[in-house]
Amino acid sequence: MAELKTKIKQNTQEQSVEKSPIIQEEKEVVFQSKNFNLWYGDNHALQDINLTFHENDINAIIGPSGCGKSTFVKSLNRMTELVPIVRTEGDIDFRGDDIFKSGMSVEELRTRVGMVFQKPNPFPKSIYDNVAYGPRVHGIKKKAVLDQIVEKSLRSASIWDEVKDRLTDNAYGLSGGQQQRICIARALAVEPEVILMDEPTSALDPISTTKIEDLMQELKKDYSIIIVTHNMQQAARVSDRTSFFYQGYVVESDDTNVIFENPSDKRTEDYVSGRFG
Amino acid sequence: MSNKNIRDQIINNTRNKSNIFERMIPVILLLITSVSILATIGILVTLLSESFEFFSRVPITEFLTSATWQPYVGDGEWGIWALIMGTLKIVAIAVIFAVPIGLGAAIYLSEYASDRVRRIIKPILEVLAGIPTVVYGFFAINFVNPILQGIYSGFGLYNAVSAGIVVGIMIIPMIASLSEDAMSSVPTAMREGSLGMGATRLETAIRVVIPAAFSGIVASFVLAISRAIGETMIVSIAAGSMPNASFDVTEPLQTMTGFIVQITSGDAAFGTDLYYSLFAVGMMLFIMTLLMNVIASWFTKRFKEEY
Ligand SMILES: Nc1ncnc2c1ncn2[C@@H]1O[C@H](COP(=O)(O)OP(=O)(O)OP(=O)(O)O)[C@@H](O)[C@H]1O
Ligand SMILES: [Mg+2]
Repeated sequence: MAELKTKIKQNTQEQSVEKSPIIQEEKEVVFQSKNFNLWYGDNHALQDINLTFHENDINAIIGPSGCGKSTFVKSLNRMTELVPIVRTEGDIDFRGDDIFKSGMSVEELRTRVGMVFQKPNPFPKSIYDNVAYGPRVHGIKKKAVLDQIVEKSLRSASIWDEVKDRLTDNAYGLSGGQQQRICIARALAVEPEVILMDEPTSALDPISTTKIEDLMQELKKDYSIIIVTHNMQQAARVSDRTSFFYQGYVVESDDTNVIFENPSDKRTEDYVSGRFG
Repeated sequence: MSNKNIRDQIINNTRNKSNIFERMIPVILLLITSVSILATIGILVTLLSESFEFFSRVPITEFLTSATWQPYVGDGEWGIWALIMGTLKIVAIAVIFAVPIGLGAAIYLSEYASDRVRRIIKPILEVLAGIPTVVYGFFAINFVNPILQGIYSGFGLYNAVSAGIVVGIMIIPMIASLSEDAMSSVPTAMREGSLGMGATRLETAIRVVIPAAFSGIVASFVLAISRAIGETMIVSIAAGSMPNASFDVTEPLQTMTGFIVQITSGDAAFGTDLYYSLFAVGMMLFIMTLLMNVIASWFTKRFKEEY
């Protein structure tokens, strides 16, 4: 616990160095949910969610199992629609536009809002074809351009050096941590504006986890990141803002250091200090 | 005390278990397995020995190079190409007709249809696969052929197209059902990966699901084509019995199976050239099916995406 506190302190200091209040105010809103509700059949899985996410922030979403974290994150790029029994109410705005309005193309939304899943899910194709997948789907055919995108994305996902000599190998031949970074590279290849990550490191060893956390710090310069995590240290280490979900509600959403050091709700305090969940 | 008793009892039972029986099991299972292998070997040996007899009477060069099959004229002319072409025409038309429809149905069922629709359609497909082929044969003559003749009057009563289309209809359920099985077993996570990148359902099906299910899909084609090659009743009824090696699909033809069934149901006296020719044609059928399996397995190895 003491260790966690020091870490958070360091984190806070870094943050105060990094961003002055003025920059904070200029940050543009990326996602805003307004009284968002979601049902799986009769199961009211998300209830009146009001949350705002800003550009260049890492937003952590924490909460006990089954509280609706994944459901919420998947709502942001409308992946929840793939479940036939899902019904929603309320709005989610992406850069000011309601993602559920009829004119909104779900393909465009999912291109601009990338996703990395809990379990690495590369395609059973070569490493190259995995990363080139998105650009190809979206009409980029020139080999030279694709080569460039693949290299850039793999570099951004800090896995280029490990795979540059075997780009034609099947991605399934890689380790779990490498596969997950391939999946991140794949998501980056279409240059999304937001990256959703649903427990991206839960299947990984500590070293791969550290790599991905470092990577997130790099990525936040260009992207907004929303990450679901069960790992309190991880939330405290990497995120700027944290939202605590509990039984389908948002109990509290604030700067990460506030959530971890000075939460206003007893349940948040209990949860982040490991007393339940 | 009672615990100890149970333990002793169990230990005793373990010791008393007949080891001989256990050791017999693999032998028994092997014997059971051998039945099908032995049957195959038996068929092959018969085919081979009777074919040898045939080739001692008719030069194998004539058999393999001539394109005229006239068993009744004079000493007979035994050019297998006339029959192979008949079979190939039927198979080609059937495949052209059945593969797009079967694969389309599989894509629909695995990627678009709701669980409810799938639960209704799949059993129907399986029932379709069980219709006796003689019924399909009459369907070709009485339903498909009149439509064809309405479109183009050059079609005869017996022709390759109506028989080929109906053989195609016969194999559609097999392709659809088996391909659907293969596609449905592709993990949802892979689809999510693709949809999550902004790909449409169709793009996901074509670029991710089909490649991942490729070996299963090819297997369904192989089975379906094997059935088309071996199909007898439909072609006997609807394709006529005129062996020829032409590419004209409006004319009657005869397939290898059609010839075999014609001769066996007629009067091929034992020991005649005609009698032995049955085995040579049967051998050819066997080789064709085998060849196709070899090609398909090479094809899957080459293009399969492993996960
Ligand atoms: N596909 C689905 N069909 C029906 N109900 C679902 C489905 N997915 C999730 N749910 C339900 O919605 C609620 C929220 O689930 P969700 O997966 O969002 O939780 P979570 O916070 O991500 O949990 P975890 O930490 O275990 O991943 C749960 O009650 C769950 O049973
Ligand atoms: Mg979850």
